[in-house]
Amino acid sequence: VSGVYIVGAGIHPFGRTPERTGLQQGVFAVRQALGRAGLDWREIQFAYGGSDAAGKADTMVSELGLTGLPFINVANGCATGGSAMFGAYSTIKSGEFDLGIAVGFDKHPRGAFDPKPAEWGLPDWYGETGLMLTTQFFAMKIQRYMAMHGITNGTLAAVAEKAFANGVLADHAWRREPVDAETILSSTMVSDPLTKFMFCSPAEGAVALIFASEAKAKALGLPAVRLRAAAVRSRPPGSFEVFSPALDIDRGLSPTNIASRAAYEMAGVSPEDVDVAQLQDTESGAEIMHMAENGFCADGEQQAWIAEGRTRIDGTLPINTDGGCLACGEPIGASGLRQVYENYVQLTGQAGARQVPGDPRIGYSHVYGAPGVSAVAIVERA
Amino acid sequence: MPDLAPPIDDRLLHLDADGAPALLAARERENGRLVFPAPGDADSERYESVLLPRKGRLWSWTVQRFRPKSPPYAGPQAFAPYAVGYVALGDAIIVEGRLTGAPLDGFAIDMKMRLVAEPFTLASGERRTTFAFAPIAEKAA
Repeated sequence: VSGVYIVGAGIHPFGRTPERTGLQQGVFAVRQALGRAGLDWREIQFAYGGSDAAGKADTMVSELGLTGLPFINVANGCATGGSAMFGAYSTIKSGEFDLGIAVGFDKHPRGAFDPKPAEWGLPDWYGETGLMLTTQFFAMKIQRYMAMHGITNGTLAAVAEKAFANGVLADHAWRREPVDAETILSSTMVSDPLTKFMFCSPAEGAVALIFASEAKAKALGLPAVRLRAAAVRSRPPGSFEVFSPALDIDRGLSPTNIASRAAYEMAGVSPEDVDVAQLQDTESGAEIMHMAENGFCADGEQQAWIAEGRTRIDGTLPINTDGGCLACGEPIGASGLRQVYENYVQLTGQAGARQVPGDPRIGYSHVYGAPGVSAVAIVERA
Repeated sequence: MPDLAPPIDDRLLHLDADGAPALLAARERENGRLVFPAPGDADSERYESVLLPRKGRLWSWTVQRFRPKSPPYAGPQAFAPYAVGYVALGDAIIVEGRLTGAPLDGFAIDMKMRLVAEPFTLASGERRTTFAFAPIAEKAA
């Protein structure tokens, strides 16, 4: 069994790029990753790629080169990027190949997503009567969490304020202006208690990561991180998910709980070992709840942690150092890989103005989405 | 019986003779787990049809402040914000629905709630009946 390394990474700026399709943004990210690593597309032995709404990844070969490589399309909704990475990880680990790529990209229209009930196994009335909105789910999950665990509106605002402050420092971020907590709190209410500035928006962008076996990584001698764990989990009984007309009265764990536990076990590390974390922040409350669901603190401790600035870039556990989904937007197929890109950049000391101080060694990333799927990756500086 | 429009879905609501609603659900025979909405084969070897309790407590809530995209939303173009919540119905199941019977800022977790029939107007102007939850007033409780 080979160790799995990430030896290169590329990103197409997130946000809106009218002049490029989602696929073209994916090609851009692949070329950038190859260029930075000094590799040629012809050296890439396999690829995993996908988007949720912007086309078929494997058609990229007409731009990148008809080398005949196996290119596996991944369509796994919000976990598309995470699943592409899981594929690349497993392929290298098995010893089948020793150099490959995972690419995720997307391009969504403006405004909230507009799902079709039948595609989610739900009756039409659920959508017709105005209950089928991701925004409602996130609002109701944090609303209850705040009541149970003493989280305040001010803490919701502080999370968004931090995201925009970090986005200012990230070249690939979409929102690059600071927004203060007062403006965040007084902006338009979208779904109580969440205001406009507390929600991410569907957007565009692409990320490509180059994976290598241990022997190949050593031979290449590039800045690298070791992928210590990649875990994807669907929902366990009693979880609370997007698009749920009803919940079991017996409450259970979340897909994040079980993906997180699996990843810690696979990597042989504990939450205290993590130096930098990228957590799914579809809205401010999600980051707060995911801090606990991923094992970093107990329920309710976020209130003090955030007041003390512990999750800022200069804090004890920097979270969403590139501004996360709040500052980068949410291109579904690319978000999970953006988080790993950010950890790669942080652990290899290439993060510039947003560099986490103290030579971070362990990076943690977590993506969550409908209909209840989480993917966690843990990387270590090589 | 009050003048109620047809249910928005044939398998959603049971209406008593006096128009009082109950939600149709299914119970998995093997493990007793309740499923709402009832699956298509609700009367089968796997499921038995049941009616859910009509009262419970508000588990969480929010307000839908922008008009959802159509489709899937089938309401009229003219939009007024509405409250949405999950209500824990007895010790049975937690069900999501529209909230009514109080101002938008008049809801709080743990409030006592009851199921009510809720008129719903389609974009075409046709009327349907769906369900909602309303606070149980002190006197009525």
